[in-house]
Amino acid sequence: MQVLTAIVGRLVKAFLTLLAIAILNFFLLHAAPGDPAVVLAGEAGAADEQMIEQLRERFGLDQPLYVQLGKYVWGILQFDLGYSFRQGAPVSELIADRLPATLLLTMTAFGISLVCGIAVGVAAAARVGKPSDTILTTLALLFYATPLYWLALMAVLVFSVWLGWLPGFGYETVGANYTGLERMLDILKHLILPALTLGLFFMSVYMRMTRASMLEVSQLDFVKTAKAKGLSGPAIRRRHILRNAILPVVTLAGLQAGQLVGGAVLTETVFAWPGIGRLMFESLAARDYNTILGVFIVSAAMVIFFNIVTDLVYRIVDPRIGATA
Amino acid sequence: MWKRFFSNIGALIGVAILVTVIAVALLAPVIYPQGPWQMVQRPFLPPFTVDGLPLGTDTLGRDVAAQLAYGARVSLLVGLVSTIVALLIGVPLGAAAGFYGNMVDEGAMRFTEFFQTIPNFALAIVLVAIFQPSLASITLAIAIVSWPPVARLVRAEVMSVRKREFVDAARVAGLTPRRILIAQVLPNTVSPIIVMASLMVATAILLESSLSFLGLGDPNAMSWGYMIGAARTVIRSAWWLSFIPGVAIVVTVLALNLIGEGLNDALNPHLARKARA
Amino acid sequence: MSDPVLSVEDLTIGLPEGADRAHAVEDVSLALAKGEILCVVGESGSGKSMTANALMGLLPPGVTVRTGRAMFEGRDILSLPEPQKQAMRGERIAMIFQEPMTALNPLMRIGEQIAEVYAAHDRYSTSERKKRALDLIREVGLPDPEKIVRAYPFQLSGGQRQRAMIAMALALEPTILIADEPTTALDVTTQAQILRLILDLRDRHGMAVMFITHDFGVVAEIADQVIVMREGQIVERGAAATVLGAPEHPYTRRLLDAIPTGRLPEARQLGTVPALEIKDLRKVYRTGGGFFKPVREVRAVDDVSLTVARGEVLGLVGESGSGKSTLGRAAVRLITPDAGQVLVGGTDIAALSEEELRKERHKVQMVFQDPYASLNPRQRIIGAITDGPITRGVPRKEAEARARELLEIVGLGADAATRFPHEFSGGQRQRIGIARALAMDPELIVADEAVSALDVSIQAQVLDLLRDLRQRMELSILFITHDLRVAAQLCDRIAVMQKGKLVEIGTVHEIFQSPQKEYTRQLLAAVPGAEWNREGSLTA
Repeated sequence: MQVLTAIVGRLVKAFLTLLAIAILNFFLLHAAPGDPAVVLAGEAGAADEQMIEQLRERFGLDQPLYVQLGKYVWGILQFDLGYSFRQGAPVSELIADRLPATLLLTMTAFGISLVCGIAVGVAAAARVGKPSDTILTTLALLFYATPLYWLALMAVLVFSVWLGWLPGFGYETVGANYTGLERMLDILKHLILPALTLGLFFMSVYMRMTRASMLEVSQLDFVKTAKAKGLSGPAIRRRHILRNAILPVVTLAGLQAGQLVGGAVLTETVFAWPGIGRLMFESLAARDYNTILGVFIVSAAMVIFFNIVTDLVYRIVDPRIGATA
Repeated sequence: MWKRFFSNIGALIGVAILVTVIAVALLAPVIYPQGPWQMVQRPFLPPFTVDGLPLGTDTLGRDVAAQLAYGARVSLLVGLVSTIVALLIGVPLGAAAGFYGNMVDEGAMRFTEFFQTIPNFALAIVLVAIFQPSLASITLAIAIVSWPPVARLVRAEVMSVRKREFVDAARVAGLTPRRILIAQVLPNTVSPIIVMASLMVATAILLESSLSFLGLGDPNAMSWGYMIGAARTVIRSAWWLSFIPGVAIVVTVLALNLIGEGLNDALNPHLARKARA
Repeated sequence: MSDPVLSVEDLTIGLPEGADRAHAVEDVSLALAKGEILCVVGESGSGKSMTANALMGLLPPGVTVRTGRAMFEGRDILSLPEPQKQAMRGERIAMIFQEPMTALNPLMRIGEQIAEVYAAHDRYSTSERKKRALDLIREVGLPDPEKIVRAYPFQLSGGQRQRAMIAMALALEPTILIADEPTTALDVTTQAQILRLILDLRDRHGMAVMFITHDFGVVAEIADQVIVMREGQIVERGAAATVLGAPEHPYTRRLLDAIPTGRLPEARQLGTVPALEIKDLRKVYRTGGGFFKPVREVRAVDDVSLTVARGEVLGLVGESGSGKSTLGRAAVRLITPDAGQVLVGGTDIAALSEEELRKERHKVQMVFQDPYASLNPRQRIIGAITDGPITRGVPRKEAEARARELLEIVGLGADAATRFPHEFSGGQRQRIGIARALAMDPELIVADEAVSALDVSIQAQVLDLLRDLRQRMELSILFITHDLRVAAQLCDRIAVMQKGKLVEIGTVHEIFQSPQKEYTRQLLAAVPGAEWNREGSLTA
């Protein structure tokens, strides 16, 4: 019951947030320099006077602003994100086409970074002050300072161009026409470099956080109690420190999800990964604002989804939330 | 406190690097009065092959070393200014939320949460794309996406300081809430804000370079991200053109992070000791 | 004395470099017999806890045993390799700690945490462990054991948590129980119950108990043998009755003298002009009230009326949750009450607007509990004291001169003015807090647990200062404390509160010698060392 109301509350909040983002979107569209109709058409050059007139009528651009806002938001509620004149297709269709690739990439990267980040953080905390800890924390600091896209480029250079181990371009081998398991393996091979380079930055974030959190928790009184009971060091770390230390990391992971989704734009651009990030990059060059804003709102929805997931995880890990004394 | 800071080797390395980068940025117009855009030799000269061009030339025959020096100006400028702007938004908002509580807190935090939910890099892209790339729009966009953590930090700090008894003492002494906030509470939150600010400059530099990499840089300002973006297509034949500016970014950001950690250890010795023990 | 189960010989514990002294503990020798309770008494920094931690092999990093040995079951437990120390912990020697609120893992059920002791020592099957955990919970007197087994620590009160800790310690029937200030964080009545439980368990299981405390009252309740420590060294040892009755070392004597005993001061003649009148004061706290949560109301202060006469010290005594602090904070209007009046010099402080209130603030001032939190670490002392008067319109020069004068009066000297808080000790900071309150020329001072955070000897000095000021300046003080013994030393009258209600109010002599209400009697009986006090000094 408690969990149910929490989920309902979370969903209501998510909906309101999306609504607010839609409104923000609308005003951003109108803040773009120039005639909104021209903006909508994209700097395609293809739009002639007559077409722009049509657009004006179709999107009610001659009507008062609040009517336009209402229409726009109403459209978004029906998954209508407008039309990309540049690509000659509705934006929602374009995004739906590309979304699976982005979900595959971001969720793999999120999983890798969280699992590996926590594991390495725990390992470093257990060896605090020793050379192996110093090496791990230095590496984390280094990856934390490395631009995502540059890391991706260097990975392509080394593993794809020089060593030829892994493909550094695209989602699957073009023209191979693999099916079934073969195709999955092919996609997996293509996924390794993008997911790793996207995940590495966040892995270093979670690793540092886990390490600090482990060390902080290990100072708490109940750890001393556990020692006084005669528990061994590994048992204390596993049963007492880890679970308490992971809570702030889970919270952080939820907050960082936004950055992860944003980072996907860069990774997809470098690897020509056919996701919505790549779509955004392509639309930037074309000044295709409708598509840019469509991707923007969908990526915000993804972040909200990640947040709800981490929130639920948090509830499972921490008995204090939702229970009453 | 300074003693503790300067006994930290990492922080010292950070300061040394940062001072170098700042010096290069300041001296760029003196060393390379012709600017970073001019063609000086034939294109694709690798580093260390021609005297006077230590880092070679790019795809259009421009001096890579000059580009790097001018790029440092943009990175540092955008990093610093956007951080200041983000602080100007985040500190008052967080302080008001934490100090006045109730409805103010509720409102300010909903607002902050909203901005934190939006994928920050995507928002920055949208803002810069819509308001046209320029140093001002880039700086503002970065500030707009980076203030929420500041607001959250300041709020948490203010809330914890507010509970301490000296704040009650100030109230009992008849001081106005405004004066208590400014003279009693905020000075006690400065240390964590300084630490966060130094880390924010680093993040802002990364963000700026990412925007430039995507082609959203100020067309009139040479920047490291732009250099990497422009060299991306020739990575197979001239990989060093992407490699060199990347190293510059890593080194600068790393320096700022090292300084931030050093400041953290020096300003919050209690926490630092806890983390090390 | 029978053969000792534990004998510590010449134990010296070294502190890391840069500490304020080289050794935490120096040349400490002690013996503990089967079934005996040994109290190790000392003020903060005496090394009493370090001694206990060394025996458990739980010294903090950087702190090491330099010399000495501790013989237990034929082995020197100080030089055992870590795996053997670990096997010994929890099984042969168990330990309980001061803070029941933080000593349990917040994410683990109580039953699991108890059963874990068996798991750590590879005893019994999983189901047998569960059964035994339940038995232990029953044995330490926790209510509703089936429910407690499945409860998380946050669902238990402080006393209940300490019982759960004791259950854990008992699990493997250890030979020795080390208790490090186990009742310090608890209310007096809860403390009395826990002490009784420890005595009980000692009798039933024949454990030897090493009990660390700073409170001679507690010593009088449970100790067979006593060791008094000071700055890492033992200054006195002996049977409890001897040490308490005829202390030899001057330090022990000073400590015992400093203890607020039941020795009552002579009654004073008081005027009838009221400095503070509280009429039908009520404050209700509401929690919950979210989307689907029911609103829970707690009446922190429930229609309380009382008066403090000019020149009087009224003690307000109660346990945590009694509403005494809420009342005190309402008297200075740090909290706005829901109903009732707070009259100071005829003005109802509770009814003023924020604006008007600031002009009247100076009439009631407060001395706070925590000497470390009540001064702004970034502000010089002079600023802390003069902020109020200057805001009130006193010229800066005048305010500063008065501040220096007050610093002299509270015994710090005028040159304290330009220094920062961190340069002062806890007792000195409380003196600064008093000077700050006096600087406003208040009609009433509310002292909220103002000496509770201090060591006894420091506590005695601050109480002396307050007594002196009361005489000199004809101060009216509302003195809030959880400690009846402290109240007895300073107050003219005492008001007892429980769960938001005023239980009883009367002169110190009335309250101590002929309490009218059952709760007051309980409270008096729960005061550690009450019997000893009565025999030792009250009747004297």
